[in-house]
Amino acid sequence: MTATYPRAGLKADPPSLHPDYASTRTRSPKQPLVVIPHTLSELTGPVYGQESVLSGDSDLTKQHAGEPLGERIIVSGRVTDEDGRPVRNALVEVWQANAAGRYVHEVDQHDAPLDPNFTGAGRCATDAEGRYSFISVKPGAYPWRNHHNAWRPAHIHFSLFGHSFLTRLVTQMYFPGDPLFAFDPIFQSIPDVKARERLICKFELDLTKPEWALGYRFDIVLRGRGATPFEDGSHG
Amino acid sequence: MAERKSRKAPAAKKAKPKARARAAVAKRPAPKRAGAKKAMSRKAVAPAARGLTPSQTVGPYFAYALTPAKYRLKPIIADDLVTPDAEGERIRIEGRVLDADGKPVSDALIEIWQADGKGRYPAAGSARSNAAFKGFGRAASNGDGRYAFATVKPGPVPGPNRTMQAPHVSVSVLARGVLKRLHTRIYFDGEPGNARDPILALVPASRRATLIAKRAEATGAMPCYVLDIRLQGSGETVFFAS
Ligand SMILES: [Fe+2]
Repeated sequence: MTATYPRAGLKADPPSLHPDYASTRTRSPKQPLVVIPHTLSELTGPVYGQESVLSGDSDLTKQHAGEPLGERIIVSGRVTDEDGRPVRNALVEVWQANAAGRYVHEVDQHDAPLDPNFTGAGRCATDAEGRYSFISVKPGAYPWRNHHNAWRPAHIHFSLFGHSFLTRLVTQMYFPGDPLFAFDPIFQSIPDVKARERLICKFELDLTKPEWALGYRFDIVLRGRGATPFEDGSHG
Repeated sequence: MAERKSRKAPAAKKAKPKARARAAVAKRPAPKRAGAKKAMSRKAVAPAARGLTPSQTVGPYFAYALTPAKYRLKPIIADDLVTPDAEGERIRIEGRVLDADGKPVSDALIEIWQADGKGRYPAAGSARSNAAFKGFGRAASNGDGRYAFATVKPGPVPGPNRTMQAPHVSVSVLARGVLKRLHTRIYFDGEPGNARDPILALVPASRRATLIAKRAEATGAMPCYVLDIRLQGSGETVFFAS
C-alpha cells in the first residue's frame, strides 16, 4: 500500500485501549483499522502560520491585568520530522492547568483556586528552524477520578499540525522527575519506555533567565515523508 | 481527564494579549542526529533515529484553548468553514459522537479537512490570507454528543493510480479516553462516485454505511448531511490506519 509517510514510527503511540485508563474501555474501536494509501486528502493539510497568531499569544503570563501566581517558566524547543528536517511555520497550541492544578474549563471542579490572572491557553507558529517558545507558569498536579487517589502528573497539553493531515499530533508534555509518573495510566499507556521519556521536557540552564524564569526544552518529532535516501529516493 | 459532571463555573476572562511577547526564541544549535550505535540495517536506523513524539489524549479540558468561542477568546479555527471565496454548495454536516454503550460523548473534538466544491485543496505552504477558504474546521461535541459544521460540499479529488475519489471530508476524532487520534471520513449519500471510490473499496461492504452521511429532510435553507460517529460497538465507525 502506498505509504508516503512511513508507518513504522507510529509504534511509539499508545494503543487505543489501555484498560487502566478507564475511559478507553468504551471509547476505543474494537474493529480492525482499515489500512489506506496516502492520497491527496492525507498528504495535504491546513496552514496556520505566523499570520494566524499574535506575538502575545505565546506569553500565557501576559493575558490579564496582573501576573499569574506560580513558578514562571519558559518552554521552548524545535519541531522536526522523523528525518530531522525542521517543521516550519506550523501552528503549536498549548493549554494547561494553573499553578494550583485548576483548569479554566467549566467542567473542571477540582477544589483548587482559579487564578484571575491566568487562562492557560496559548499558541504560536514555528520559525524557519522549527523553533517555538512559550512563557507560562508551571502547572500543578490535579486529581481525577480514574481510580482511587488518582492524580495527573503536572503537564502541558500540546497540539501540532505539521504540514499534512497525517502529521497532526495532540500530546502532553511532562516535567522531569515527577513522582506521579509511575501511577499515571495516561503516561504509562505508551508501551515503550524510551518513547514515554520523549514526553518529558528537560531543564536547561541555558534557557533559564537569571532572576526571572526557569527554562525547559521540549523537542517534538512529527511524522516525516520518509525521504531517507537509503530507503527510497523516489519521493523528496 | 476526570469523569465529572458539569457544574456552573465562572467564565474565563477575556484575554488581552499584549502586543509583544517576551518570548525570545532561544538560539540553539540543531540537535545532533543520533547515529547508528549498533549494527542495525541503515533502513531500520534512519527513520528511527529520531523517534516520533507519542500521542496522548486531548483530555476533557481543551475547549477554552481549541474551541474557545464560548470562553470569549478569539478562535482561529472554527466550525464554520464558509468564506466568501469558498466555491461549492453550502451545506451543514452534523451528527453525534457515541461510545460503546450508545451514550453521547460530550467532550469530543472533531476536526475536518476537505477540498472545495471544485475538488481543490488549499495549496500547502502558501501564506494565504485568513479570509481565504482553509478547508479545515473544528467543533466540540455538546452535552448530547452533537457536532456540526457549516461548510461547502467538496468535489471529487484525485486518488491513487488515476482513480478519482468521491467527494469526502477527512475527519479526526479526539476525546478524553481516546489516546491517539482516530482517522475516518465522511462521504455523501447519493454520490455516483461512491461506488468507484478507491478508499471505500478497501472497507468491508457491510461497514461502508458507517462512512456515508445521509441527506436530512430539508428544514432550513441549507442542505444538511447527517452522520453519527460510533467509537465502539454496534455500528462502529470505520477508522483508518494511515
Ligand atoms: Fe490535563
